[in-house]
Amino acid sequence: MSFINYSSREINCKLVYYGPGLGGKTTNLQYIYQKTNPDAKGKMISLATETERTLFFDFLPLSLGEIRGFKTRFHLYTVPGQVFYDASRKLILKGVDGVVFVADSQIERMEANIEALENLRINLQEQGYNLEKLPYVIQYNKRDLPNAAPLAELRELLNPTNVPEFEAAAVSGQGVFDTLKAVAKSVLTELKRGG
Amino acid sequence: MSTQVMFPEEQEAINNICFRLQRDANARAVLLIGRDGQPMAEAGEVAELDTTSLSSLTAGNVAATGAISQLLSEKEFGSQFHEGERAHVHITLIAKAIMLVLFDERSSLGLVRLRVRKAAEEMNRQFEAMNNRKPEDRGPSVLDEISDSDIDNLFND
Repeated sequence: MSFINYSSREINCKLVYYGPGLGGKTTNLQYIYQKTNPDAKGKMISLATETERTLFFDFLPLSLGEIRGFKTRFHLYTVPGQVFYDASRKLILKGVDGVVFVADSQIERMEANIEALENLRINLQEQGYNLEKLPYVIQYNKRDLPNAAPLAELRELLNPTNVPEFEAAAVSGQGVFDTLKAVAKSVLTELKRGG
Repeated sequence: MSTQVMFPEEQEAINNICFRLQRDANARAVLLIGRDGQPMAEAGEVAELDTTSLSSLTAGNVAATGAISQLLSEKEFGSQFHEGERAHVHITLIAKAIMLVLFDERSSLGLVRLRVRKAAEEMNRQFEAMNNRKPEDRGPSVLDEISDSDIDNLFND
């Protein structure tokens, strides 16, 4: 749920990075954190296991600049990708304004991508959202790996409605900010339309 | 996509409730947090607190506790208390938000609970008034003023 505060002149929105386990959701946030000016970001929080797998969520508050004298602040969250953390994923989707689906391009992770996307659809529906109506982009991550599936195949399986899509290699940062910009822009456009 | 809007006079009313609670409970600080983790108001010794992180983690905590209550067929756990060596945290659910009281040896759990009860009632009334506000009672929204090129400009390198 976006929050517009006329007193502090701020527009606050919530973005969630969703996708299969080990697909690079946390890596996206880590790269954004590393490359963002200290004035524009808060502390990055990772609630992770001892083996650095996301347990509950990662959180990164980010300022993207001003529109008409209002600061735009985005709260970026990741969900835990592992299948058995479904209860946690549902909680993090509460109040979401925009979604990035981080797909793992590796051919052997195709089933996991499809399963995670279906899980996203179901969990959003449970909260009264419709993925087709929500600001939503897809990132095909790990394009730098030799076992990456052809783009056409990923598209066919994961992007039947032709939402904005980006090729990425989150470890090196390729495509990370393009993805963020696209979803943030889509959220603001939707907010304007709804307002 | 839903939007919560807060106008200056509403913010002031909420700030005042937080301020009175912090003062009357002898608390270090009081935070009002949206259920999705957005900080909404604060009072007291907040200069050295990372209120953004605190808000997000508290909302996550409340959401997880709410899911536990559902598993136990309980409507909700209306309040939580975390006891530390020096700092303690009391969390209360109100209408659409979460009220967090941070306190130390200058106060006690009993006093905090007593003061929170009254403040929660006031805050609930304030939120009800905000919910009943009619959109036409207010001037034009900032959202009406934002143009597509404003949004494009934000993302120009």
